[in-house]
Amino acid sequence: MEIFTPANVSYIMQGFLKTIEISALAIVFSVIFGTILALVKQYCTGKLTIFKWLVSAYIELFRCTPNLLWILFIYFTVKGNDVFISVLAFTIFTSAVIAEIVRGGLNSIPKSQFEAAKSQGFGFFASMRLIILPQTFKTIIPALFSQCTTVIKDSSYLAGINVAEFMFSAKVVMGYTSDLSQVLLLYGFVFLLYFVLNFGISLIVRAYQRRVVAA
Amino acid sequence: MLEGLFDPRRWEITLSSMDGFWNGFAFTLQVVIAGLALSLVLGTILGVFSTTRSRVLRAISRVYVEFFQNTPLPVQVFFYYMAGPRVLQAVLGAASPVRLSAFAIGALGVGLYHAAYISEVIRTGIESVPRGQMEAAQSQGFTRAQSYAYVILPQTFKVILPPLCNQALNLVKNTSVLALIAGGDLMYNADNFVSTYGYLQGYIMACVLYFVICFPLALLVQWLEKRSKERPRAKNIPGITPEPAKEA
Repeated sequence: MEIFTPANVSYIMQGFLKTIEISALAIVFSVIFGTILALVKQYCTGKLTIFKWLVSAYIELFRCTPNLLWILFIYFTVKGNDVFISVLAFTIFTSAVIAEIVRGGLNSIPKSQFEAAKSQGFGFFASMRLIILPQTFKTIIPALFSQCTTVIKDSSYLAGINVAEFMFSAKVVMGYTSDLSQVLLLYGFVFLLYFVLNFGISLIVRAYQRRVVAA
Repeated sequence: MLEGLFDPRRWEITLSSMDGFWNGFAFTLQVVIAGLALSLVLGTILGVFSTTRSRVLRAISRVYVEFFQNTPLPVQVFFYYMAGPRVLQAVLGAASPVRLSAFAIGALGVGLYHAAYISEVIRTGIESVPRGQMEAAQSQGFTRAQSYAYVILPQTFKVILPPLCNQALNLVKNTSVLALIAGGDLMYNADNFVSTYGYLQGYIMACVLYFVICFPLALLVQWLEKRSKERPRAKNIPGITPEPAKEA
């Protein structure tokens, strides 16, 4: 039986779009929360040290436990539509990873930048927004993009909670055939699309790195 | 949402049915060890391939790394699980599909996947030590073996060890992929418990057990990273370094 019918292909491609949608939303939210976490861990001292400890604990917890655990955890505890649940689950653990990336970027900014900003009368938030963070993001863009690849790849774990993303919809279609060559063809298609997407991102990163290094 | 989280009775039941968790924990550890061994061996081979002069070997290593780094581990594991037995049947000409055990799929899955990452770690490690170091060491009277032992390898390991341990940590977390194919690992047993009893405690126990494996690794990574940033100090090698001059 031929499996690449227009209906099947359009169903699988809807899954592919859902994978992209979930990954994109998760990355955007994770960058926002991750930056906040990084700033808290880096700059909450004195009376606010307690927040620094809380954020450190949060980061360690999510760094040391599998993504799938949190996907299942959120699926079990939170009610909502599948995109919401997926984005929530990915945001809570990707923010922990991104917080560490942002912190690495903050550490690479020379101290003199902070002092210069202060001497020009910038407050903490103004100097962060206008001087420090723009430079930080410039240095961490490669790491952020490779984290994008990780999120796209890990989004296929969502097939485990029946979110109709790319892997899940491909599996559904695969259920209609027992012909080995068709199954292999379909897997080839799935591998190819994930590969093109992720490899494309890594090519962009390499081009960016070459430009920055050359400049 | 989180109802019954502090219910002592639920905790009691959870703690009394820990057998499944421990079985899963032991299974996960076995898969981790086998997967780590496979990925270290294959990763080292591919890493060395990518630094040789042979174009063919470099191309093999490149294609392998790009494929495994750019496609998802769950998809690879689904492939081994669903298509693997019948592909093996066709290849080996067996009468029936060749069944693969969950252990084999798990070790193969994470092993092949992380071999790609470890290969990149080994490559950067090898490339990080300039060729001049060997010449410099030999010009100072080190034998070739001594140069490797005292000059080349310490520098290589300094670069390699932190990311290598980081890969080990990721490998532990990635073994949870087995839960997707009913593999009997820790995550699968925890999920089973939760769907049987409907208690959130199952996930919390899994969280604790994964943390117990991964947190020491994370601390090790931090320590190794800190150590690799320290400036090298002269070491006292008996018979080679001169006696320190006595203060007058």
